[in-house]
Amino acid sequence: MPDSVVFYIFAVIAVVTAALMVTRRNAWHGAVCLITTLLATAGIFLQLHAGFLFIVQIILYVSGIMVLFVFVIMCVNLNVAMQQMKFARQKWVALMVCVVLVAQLALIIWSLRKIPSQGLPVFVSVAPERVPPTTQEVAKSLFGPYLLSFEIVSVMLLVAMIGAVALTKKKM
Amino acid sequence: MLSIAHYFFLSFALFLIGVIGVVMRRNVIIVLMSIELILNAVNINLVAFSRLFGDAAGQVFALFIIADAAAEAVVGLAIMIAFFRHPDSLFADETDLLKW
Repeated sequence: MPDSVVFYIFAVIAVVTAALMVTRRNAWHGAVCLITTLLATAGIFLQLHAGFLFIVQIILYVSGIMVLFVFVIMCVNLNVAMQQMKFARQKWVALMVCVVLVAQLALIIWSLRKIPSQGLPVFVSVAPERVPPTTQEVAKSLFGPYLLSFEIVSVMLLVAMIGAVALTKKKM
Repeated sequence: MLSIAHYFFLSFALFLIGVIGVVMRRNVIIVLMSIELILNAVNINLVAFSRLFGDAAGQVFALFIIADAAAEAVVGLAIMIAFFRHPDSLFADETDLLKW
Protein backbone atom coordinates (compact mmCIF):
# COMPACT_ATOMS: atom_id res chain seq x y z
CA MET A 1 0.00 0.00 0.00
CA PRO A 2 1.50 3.38 -0.92
CA ASP A 3 2.36 5.93 1.69
CA SER A 4 -0.29 8.44 0.70
CA VAL A 5 -3.15 5.93 1.04
CA VAL A 6 -2.08 5.17 4.62
CA PHE A 7 -1.85 8.88 5.36
CA TYR A 8 -5.29 9.67 3.94
CA ILE A 9 -6.97 6.82 5.83
CA PHE A 10 -5.52 7.94 9.17
CA ALA A 11 -6.09 11.63 8.42
CA VAL A 12 -9.77 11.12 7.60
CA ILE A 13 -10.26 9.00 10.73
CA ALA A 14 -8.53 11.64 12.88
CA VAL A 15 -10.49 14.61 11.56
CA VAL A 16 -13.90 12.88 11.58
CA THR A 17 -13.53 11.54 15.11
CA ALA A 18 -12.18 14.90 16.34
CA ALA A 19 -15.26 16.64 14.95
CA LEU A 20 -17.46 14.01 16.61
CA MET A 21 -15.60 14.55 19.89
CA VAL A 22 -16.43 18.25 19.93
CA THR A 23 -20.09 17.81 19.04
CA ARG A 24 -21.16 14.89 21.25
CA ARG A 25 -23.27 15.74 24.25
CA ASN A 26 -22.21 12.75 26.31
CA ALA A 27 -18.65 13.01 27.65
CA TRP A 28 -18.27 9.22 27.36
CA HIS A 29 -18.80 9.35 23.61
CA GLY A 30 -16.38 12.27 23.43
CA ALA A 31 -13.71 10.28 25.29
CA VAL A 32 -14.08 7.29 22.97
CA CYS A 33 -13.88 9.57 19.91
CA LEU A 34 -10.76 11.27 21.29
CA ILE A 35 -9.14 7.87 21.87
CA THR A 36 -9.78 7.03 18.20
CA THR A 37 -8.27 10.36 17.14
CA LEU A 38 -5.15 9.74 19.21
CA LEU A 39 -4.77 6.23 17.76
CA ALA A 40 -5.08 7.62 14.23
CA THR A 41 -2.42 10.21 15.11
CA ALA A 42 -0.20 7.37 16.33
CA GLY A 43 -0.65 5.78 12.91
CA ILE A 44 0.45 9.02 11.26
CA PHE A 45 3.54 9.08 13.49
CA LEU A 46 4.35 5.55 12.32
CA GLN A 47 3.84 6.62 8.71
CA LEU A 48 6.37 9.41 9.37
CA HIS A 49 8.89 6.79 10.59
CA ALA A 50 8.74 8.06 14.18
CA GLY A 51 8.53 4.66 15.85
CA PHE A 52 9.35 5.77 19.35
CA LEU A 53 6.68 8.48 19.36
CA PHE A 54 4.19 5.94 18.02
CA ILE A 55 4.77 3.74 21.06
CA VAL A 56 4.82 6.69 23.47
CA GLN A 57 1.57 8.01 22.00
CA ILE A 58 -0.20 4.70 22.55
CA ILE A 59 1.26 3.94 25.99
CA LEU A 60 1.15 7.42 27.46
CA TYR A 61 -1.74 9.16 25.72
CA VAL A 62 -4.22 6.42 24.99
CA SER A 63 -3.60 4.23 27.99
CA GLY A 64 -2.40 6.83 30.47
CA ILE A 65 -4.08 10.18 30.01
CA MET A 66 -7.30 8.88 28.51
CA VAL A 67 -7.73 6.33 31.29
CA LEU A 68 -7.44 9.28 33.69
CA PHE A 69 -10.14 11.14 31.76
CA VAL A 70 -12.46 8.12 31.73
CA PHE A 71 -11.86 7.63 35.45
CA VAL A 72 -12.85 11.23 36.19
CA ILE A 73 -15.92 10.96 33.92
CA MET A 74 -16.97 7.98 36.00
CA CYS A 75 -16.47 9.97 39.23
CA VAL A 76 -18.46 12.97 38.05
CA ASN A 77 -22.21 13.07 37.82
CA LEU A 78 -23.18 13.43 34.17
CA ASN A 79 -26.95 13.57 34.57
CA VAL A 80 -26.92 17.33 35.06
CA ALA A 81 -24.85 17.90 31.94
CA MET A 82 -27.15 15.79 29.79
CA GLN A 83 -30.13 18.05 30.38
CA GLN A 84 -28.47 21.40 29.94
CA MET A 85 -27.53 23.46 26.93
CA LYS A 86 -24.57 21.96 25.10
CA PHE A 87 -22.83 25.02 23.74
CA ALA A 88 -21.95 28.21 25.53
CA ARG A 89 -23.08 31.43 23.93
CA GLN A 90 -19.72 32.17 22.37
CA LYS A 91 -20.50 31.39 18.76
CA TRP A 92 -19.13 34.68 17.47
CA VAL A 93 -15.90 34.41 19.44
CA ALA A 94 -15.31 30.96 18.00
CA LEU A 95 -16.10 32.17 14.50
CA MET A 96 -13.74 35.14 14.88
CA VAL A 97 -10.88 32.98 16.19
CA CYS A 98 -11.35 30.55 13.30
CA VAL A 99 -11.39 33.37 10.74
CA VAL A 100 -8.19 34.85 12.19
CA LEU A 101 -6.43 31.45 12.13
CA VAL A 102 -7.51 30.72 8.56
CA ALA A 103 -6.34 34.21 7.54
CA GLN A 104 -2.94 33.53 9.11
CA LEU A 105 -2.65 30.25 7.22
CA ALA A 106 -3.65 31.93 3.95
CA LEU A 107 -1.06 34.65 4.57
CA ILE A 108 1.65 32.04 5.13
CA ILE A 109 0.75 30.19 1.94
CA TRP A 110 0.55 33.43 -0.03
CA SER A 111 3.95 34.58 1.15
CA LEU A 112 5.43 31.16 0.28
CA ARG A 113 4.07 31.42 -3.24
CA LYS A 114 5.47 34.90 -3.62
CA ILE A 115 9.11 34.03 -2.94
CA PRO A 116 9.50 30.36 -3.82
CA SER A 117 13.25 30.25 -3.23
CA GLN A 118 13.02 31.44 0.37
CA GLY A 119 10.95 30.14 3.24
CA LEU A 120 10.26 26.52 4.11
CA PRO A 121 9.93 23.97 1.29
CA VAL A 122 6.57 22.66 2.47
CA PHE A 123 4.98 22.02 -0.93
CA VAL A 124 7.71 19.79 -2.34
CA SER A 125 7.69 16.16 -1.34
CA VAL A 126 10.27 14.94 1.15
CA ALA A 127 13.58 14.09 -0.48
CA PRO A 128 13.98 10.29 -0.47
CA GLU A 129 17.69 10.48 0.33
CA ARG A 130 16.86 12.33 3.55
CA VAL A 131 16.77 9.57 6.17
CA PRO A 132 14.27 9.95 9.01
CA PRO A 133 15.78 10.25 12.50
CA THR A 134 16.01 6.90 14.23
CA THR A 135 15.11 6.22 17.84
CA GLN A 136 18.82 6.11 18.63
CA GLU A 137 19.28 9.64 17.33
CA VAL A 138 16.24 10.81 19.30
CA ALA A 139 17.77 9.35 22.47
CA LYS A 140 21.16 10.93 21.74
CA SER A 141 19.48 14.28 21.20
CA LEU A 142 17.28 13.89 24.29
CA PHE A 143 20.18 13.06 26.60
CA GLY A 144 22.71 15.28 24.85
CA PRO A 145 21.78 18.87 24.01
CA TYR A 146 18.36 18.69 25.66
CA LEU A 147 19.43 17.08 28.94
CA LEU A 148 18.60 20.15 31.02
CA SER A 149 15.12 20.43 29.48
CA PHE A 150 14.59 16.74 30.18
CA GLU A 151 15.40 17.23 33.86
CA ILE A 152 13.14 20.29 34.02
CA VAL A 153 10.31 18.17 32.57
CA SER A 154 10.80 15.65 35.36
CA VAL A 155 10.57 18.45 37.93
CA MET A 156 7.42 19.71 36.20
CA LEU A 157 5.83 16.27 36.44
CA LEU A 158 6.69 16.15 40.14
CA VAL A 159 5.09 19.57 40.66
CA ALA A 160 1.97 18.44 38.79
CA MET A 161 1.75 15.31 40.93
CA ILE A 162 2.07 17.26 44.19
CA GLY A 163 -0.44 19.82 42.91
CA ALA A 164 -2.97 17.13 42.04
CA VAL A 165 -2.63 15.53 45.48
CA ALA A 166 -2.94 18.89 47.20
CA LEU A 167 -5.97 19.93 45.13
CA THR A 168 -7.94 16.75 45.67
CA LYS A 169 -7.43 16.60 49.43
CA LYS A 170 -10.59 16.58 51.50
CA LYS A 171 -9.70 19.73 53.41
CA MET A 172 -8.46 22.43 51.08
CA MET B 1 3.72 11.88 -3.28
CA LEU B 2 3.16 13.37 0.13
CA SER B 3 4.54 16.77 0.97
CA ILE B 4 4.82 18.43 4.36
CA ALA B 5 1.81 20.57 3.45
CA HIS B 6 -0.43 17.50 3.83
CA TYR B 7 0.60 17.10 7.46
CA PHE B 8 0.41 20.85 7.90
CA PHE B 9 -3.22 21.00 6.77
CA LEU B 10 -4.18 17.94 8.84
CA SER B 11 -2.61 19.54 11.89
CA PHE B 12 -4.38 22.81 11.12
CA ALA B 13 -7.75 21.09 10.84
CA LEU B 14 -7.28 19.31 14.18
CA PHE B 15 -6.11 22.58 15.78
CA LEU B 16 -9.20 24.45 14.54
CA ILE B 17 -11.54 21.73 15.81
CA GLY B 18 -9.78 21.89 19.18
CA VAL B 19 -10.08 25.68 19.36
CA ILE B 20 -13.79 25.49 18.52
CA GLY B 21 -14.22 22.93 21.28
CA VAL B 22 -12.37 25.04 23.84
CA VAL B 23 -14.31 28.21 23.05
CA MET B 24 -17.78 26.82 22.51
CA ARG B 25 -18.37 23.84 24.76
CA ARG B 26 -19.65 24.22 28.31
CA ASN B 27 -18.65 20.84 29.70
CA VAL B 28 -15.24 21.18 31.35
CA ILE B 29 -14.24 17.60 30.52
CA ILE B 30 -14.82 18.23 26.82
CA VAL B 31 -12.85 21.50 27.08
CA LEU B 32 -9.89 19.63 28.61
CA MET B 33 -10.11 16.96 25.91
CA SER B 34 -10.10 19.70 23.26
CA ILE B 35 -6.88 21.06 24.77
CA GLU B 36 -5.38 17.58 24.42
CA LEU B 37 -6.47 17.63 20.78
CA ILE B 38 -4.71 20.98 20.23
CA LEU B 39 -1.45 19.67 21.73
CA ASN B 40 -1.77 16.59 19.55
CA ALA B 41 -2.14 18.71 16.42
CA VAL B 42 1.06 20.57 17.32
CA ASN B 43 2.81 17.22 17.73
CA ILE B 44 1.89 16.16 14.18
CA ASN B 45 3.46 19.37 12.87
CA LEU B 46 6.65 18.88 14.89
CA VAL B 47 7.12 15.28 13.77
CA ALA B 48 6.42 16.18 10.13
CA PHE B 49 9.08 18.89 10.17
CA SER B 50 11.47 16.54 11.95
CA ARG B 51 10.96 14.17 9.00
CA LEU B 52 11.49 16.99 6.51
CA PHE B 53 14.81 18.10 7.95
CA GLY B 54 15.98 14.66 9.11
CA ASP B 55 16.56 16.18 12.55
CA ALA B 56 15.68 14.45 15.82
CA ALA B 57 14.97 17.71 17.69
CA GLY B 58 11.36 17.80 16.48
CA GLN B 59 10.64 14.41 18.00
CA VAL B 60 12.34 15.45 21.25
CA PHE B 61 10.06 18.46 21.48
CA ALA B 62 7.04 16.28 20.69
CA LEU B 63 8.03 14.12 23.67
CA PHE B 64 8.22 17.22 25.87
CA ILE B 65 4.77 18.27 24.68
CA ILE B 66 3.36 14.84 25.54
CA ALA B 67 4.80 15.13 29.07
CA ASP B 68 3.33 18.62 29.31
CA ALA B 69 -0.07 17.31 28.18
CA ALA B 70 0.06 14.68 30.91
CA ALA B 71 0.86 17.28 33.59
CA GLU B 72 -1.84 19.61 32.30
CA ALA B 73 -4.45 16.83 32.26
CA VAL B 74 -3.57 15.80 35.82
CA VAL B 75 -3.83 19.33 37.20
CA GLY B 76 -6.95 20.17 35.17
CA LEU B 77 -8.80 17.07 36.29
CA ALA B 78 -7.72 17.66 39.90
CA ILE B 79 -9.16 21.18 39.74
CA MET B 80 -12.35 19.73 38.29
CA ILE B 81 -12.67 17.18 41.07
CA ALA B 82 -12.06 19.93 43.63
CA PHE B 83 -14.86 21.92 42.00
CA PHE B 84 -17.12 18.93 42.02
CA ARG B 85 -16.56 18.41 45.72
CA HIS B 86 -18.25 21.76 46.31
CA PRO B 87 -21.27 20.87 44.24
CA ASP B 88 -22.16 23.98 42.29
CA SER B 89 -21.57 23.40 38.65
CA LEU B 90 -19.45 21.65 36.06
CA PHE B 91 -19.85 24.28 33.37
CA ALA B 92 -17.05 26.54 32.28
CA ASP B 93 -19.17 29.68 32.05
CA GLU B 94 -20.71 29.34 35.50
CA THR B 95 -17.49 28.86 37.47
CA ASP B 96 -16.43 32.49 37.14
CA LEU B 97 -15.53 33.22 40.76
CA LEU B 98 -12.01 34.30 39.85
CA LYS B 99 -13.32 36.95 37.51
CA TRP B 100 -14.77 39.14 40.23
